[in-house]
Amino acid sequence: MFFTISQFFEYGFAVRALEAGVVVALLAPLVGMFLVLRRYSLIADTFSHVSLAGLAVGFLLGLHPVLTALGVTVIASLGIEHLRTSQKVYGESALAVFLSGSLALAVVLMGLGKGLNVNLLNYLFGSIVTVTPGDVYLIAALGAIVACTLAVFRKELIYTSFDEESARVSGIRTGFINAVLIVLSAFTVSLSIPVVGVLLISALMVIPVVTALQFKKSFATTVWLAEGISLGATVAGIFLSFAYNLPTGGTIVLIMIGIFLATLLMPKR
Amino acid sequence: MHAVDHTKNSIEISHVSFSYGETEVLRDITFAIHKGDYLGLVGPNGAGKTTLLKIMLGLLAPTSGRVTLFGRDAREFRDWSKIGYVAQKAVNFDKRFPATVFEVVLMGRSGLRGFGRALTREDRAAAERALKTAEMWEHRDRLIGDLSGGEQQRVFIARALVTSPEIIFLDEPTTGVDAQSQEDFYALLRKLNRESQATLVLISHDIDRVLGEAMHIACIDRTLVCHGSPEEYKKEAAAGLEHRHNK
Repeated sequence: MFFTISQFFEYGFAVRALEAGVVVALLAPLVGMFLVLRRYSLIADTFSHVSLAGLAVGFLLGLHPVLTALGVTVIASLGIEHLRTSQKVYGESALAVFLSGSLALAVVLMGLGKGLNVNLLNYLFGSIVTVTPGDVYLIAALGAIVACTLAVFRKELIYTSFDEESARVSGIRTGFINAVLIVLSAFTVSLSIPVVGVLLISALMVIPVVTALQFKKSFATTVWLAEGISLGATVAGIFLSFAYNLPTGGTIVLIMIGIFLATLLMPKR
Repeated sequence: MHAVDHTKNSIEISHVSFSYGETEVLRDITFAIHKGDYLGLVGPNGAGKTTLLKIMLGLLAPTSGRVTLFGRDAREFRDWSKIGYVAQKAVNFDKRFPATVFEVVLMGRSGLRGFGRALTREDRAAAERALKTAEMWEHRDRLIGDLSGGEQQRVFIARALVTSPEIIFLDEPTTGVDAQSQEDFYALLRKLNRESQATLVLISHDIDRVLGEAMHIACIDRTLVCHGSPEEYKKEAAAGLEHRHNK
């Protein structure tokens, strides 16, 4: 089905999805860059499962689901970081505990609440119609917090990601910086829920970054490339999902994977 | 060779012991590193060299004893711009990390500025000076992962130099570096010590090489075995061999 750009902008829900999508597309790779470089990619996946439990809590208690997802994910992020740094369990084991535990909690809560399954399903894979006017404001506010925090700790995050021990010797409180990164990831996952859905958030944080890394450029250029890929794929995904009545999250992620595969086929220098 | 200022101690290590749980790694180590010194910290594998270095840098707290950096307890020391550090595993970084040589050296200025403060033109000028000292300026736009081991090590020296430190710690800096690059690397260290009067602490298991480079040697094997000039170390080593032979 073909439509004109002006037709797209006649629909309030489509415009809201685009506004929220642009914020998420710009922020997810910024946080994802540090997660990928620190081999923390699975954290985003764990948080997405944790946020599902948070959404279930919201529906059950009649609270804003994205806000409860944010609360539960931030608490879980601090728990994961504590377990990881206390070295009581291996880092990836801490992720597995939280991933499966939160999924179990979500399933139990879904069983407790009548009609919860239908609401939750809308948030599992993202839909262009799930973005409410309140979501747009919430995503913009959370996005502003994430962007400002990233700006404040940018150089410390870069140094800690590259060489944590030397960063510590240079006077950077690397434990605090690690905690900041984990909490920022929790925020980014929560604000991305209405656009791409719980199960596809990690793709938005990881795929643009691994695609940009294929170009082998400086840190600054790699960030810009990841931003461009993420924004392009998200905007194209939202338009396509509107035109063909497709799930937004899946469409966006498939476009990103298409770009990633294309970069893999590029001749290497 | 320039004179070492024996009236000023950059570092004082006083009765330092350290254990990992029940395992004793260091026992009652005491010595000082003077301003302008070039100290070789040697000892067999597992002797506790890297542990002692981490205690000196405040990365580990001693089980007992005390380390002072420029007169302050290492755990309370905050003036990290006076310290340069090239870690043992520096060259084992992620080779795919997307950073140019210039970006890597600039990282060394991050701790100076504090949270929320962007790096300035002054920081860029410092990075340029450090890269020129390490003779890596012409490589500034290359990705760090694309350089040879020797070139990477010079970049890490440049990063250690970027805050104009008074003392530089190097932990096994030539591991995995080819012979010619090692020669160039040691020549750079001599230049830094003699021309810039930087205090150097070089950890190495390559005792012969360190004896030819350093002004003083501290040999540890869980305890301080000897501390003195390379000649004194050689005498003690020979006496130790003779003692063992006569036994």
